[in-house]
Amino acid sequence: MEAAWQEGLFFVFATVITVSAIGVVTARNVIHAALFLVATLIGAACIYILMFAEFVAWAQVLVYVGAIVVLMLFGLMLTRAPIGKYGEYDNDQKGLAAIVAAAVFGVTAWVLIDSFEGVELPTDRVAATTSKDVGEAIFSSYVLPFELVSVLLLAALVGAVVIARRDERVTSRTIDAARREKAREEDV
Amino acid sequence: MPEFIQNFELTAWWILAIKLIVVLTVVPVGALAGGYALHKVMAHLQHRLGPMYAGGFHGWAQTLADGIKFVLKEDIIPEKADKPVFKYAPAIIFIPILLLYLVIPVDRRLIVQDLDVGLFYLLAVSSIPAIGILMAGWSSANKYALIGALRSAAQLIAYELPIVLSAATVAMLAGTLSVVGIVEAQDWPFLFWPPGIGLIAFIIFFAGSVAEMNLPPFDMPVAESEIITGAFTEYSGMRFIFGYFFAETAHMIAFSGLAVTFFLGGYRPIVPWEPLTVIPGIVWFMLKLFVMVFLYLWVRPTFPRLREDQLQKFAWKGLIPGSLGLILVAGAWILYAPEWLWH
Repeated sequence: MEAAWQEGLFFVFATVITVSAIGVVTARNVIHAALFLVATLIGAACIYILMFAEFVAWAQVLVYVGAIVVLMLFGLMLTRAPIGKYGEYDNDQKGLAAIVAAAVFGVTAWVLIDSFEGVELPTDRVAATTSKDVGEAIFSSYVLPFELVSVLLLAALVGAVVIARRDERVTSRTIDAARREKAREEDV
Repeated sequence: MPEFIQNFELTAWWILAIKLIVVLTVVPVGALAGGYALHKVMAHLQHRLGPMYAGGFHGWAQTLADGIKFVLKEDIIPEKADKPVFKYAPAIIFIPILLLYLVIPVDRRLIVQDLDVGLFYLLAVSSIPAIGILMAGWSSANKYALIGALRSAAQLIAYELPIVLSAATVAMLAGTLSVVGIVEAQDWPFLFWPPGIGLIAFIIFFAGSVAEMNLPPFDMPVAESEIITGAFTEYSGMRFIFGYFFAETAHMIAFSGLAVTFFLGGYRPIVPWEPLTVIPGIVWFMLKLFVMVFLYLWVRPTFPRLREDQLQKFAWKGLIPGSLGLILVAGAWILYAPEWLWH
């Protein structure tokens, strides 16, 4: 009974994900593409919930939907995102991108089938992992990868700040130089 | 008697359905009551009377009358607007706010579903309305609306972190992510103890939630006197009510519920003494909820609106380092504080 429900819902969510993923690449408006991405991500979160991976599901919503897509939409709207259809988003790399996408799909599918074939996934809440299990796993068996990822993210953060600040310093220095130049000219 | 009723069994599905219906009625009624409280509390804080006519007794039916007025108004969609995005934006704002109510424990067993990751769920869901606000602002084809939406998004990005980090402090002190577990972990005087940590977390959470909901003094995204209610400039009728007015009040009540749950001991009596423990938890919860709602309404007419850069500075230089430091202090407390200090 439970398993049948899960299977049925899985196909519903899978359809939502597939349709909106196609929407992401075919939309004629960047904002629409970003909104389709939201639907895709929420669909993926629903599938995590279906597999009782609640922590991963809500992490997905909090990080991707609540922060990353908001940041993307913010960036797009701040720069150039007129209403209506505009421009062609296709370019010469279309074929190459299709090949890469197919390759990624093939490798992921092969890895998943190879490692999970015949494994029974939990179909009820009791057998599912809790946030306590996730926490213990991250901070005991997987503490090294966890720390590595943290350092990597920290490096990226520092890098972003450095790039943002260097621009500012260069401009202020050039402005100062220009001002001094102008003052000298006025003195003469 | 129909066979359906004879064979009726109160299965888990039925209980869930009843709980959902209760939530779906409580939220709009609460939002209406909250709207009335907003009118009256603000009026009295400003030495006015507020609505006095509708319904007779102190204008109690004012928000009801407003609601009927908005239902009857024409639903105008601008010619140049991106129509589907414009139409669905209020739903994207309102539905996540409804979902918040599913995990707020009104009493030990009066909760739709006590999730194992309850606190995390609340934080995740409460970040979704920002997308709806961006959709509303962008699709309106109006520069005021777009500015409002961008301000709102910038504000959310800045204030999401302090809320998440102060809630993480709560989870550390309580040792669980389940909302009922968090309430159960709070002995008198709740999470204000250990000294200071809980109180500072509460202040950070409160400031962050005021900003995340775009309430004054952090209401630059809707600033009616400069950008005409921001993202909702072009909205009218029901869409305006659900996207802006209802959403704002329902969000405020939900966040009051969260603050009560995280910091004020939820449904537990304020002091565990004999006559007070007899009073049911739901009464305690509602009393504390009223206090929190009043606090949100109190800051509203009290502080002037900040400037956009002041707001960003306050978040990035004040609240975020503060809440990160708080997590360190809380961790040190949990590891090294002697047992007798805990109670």
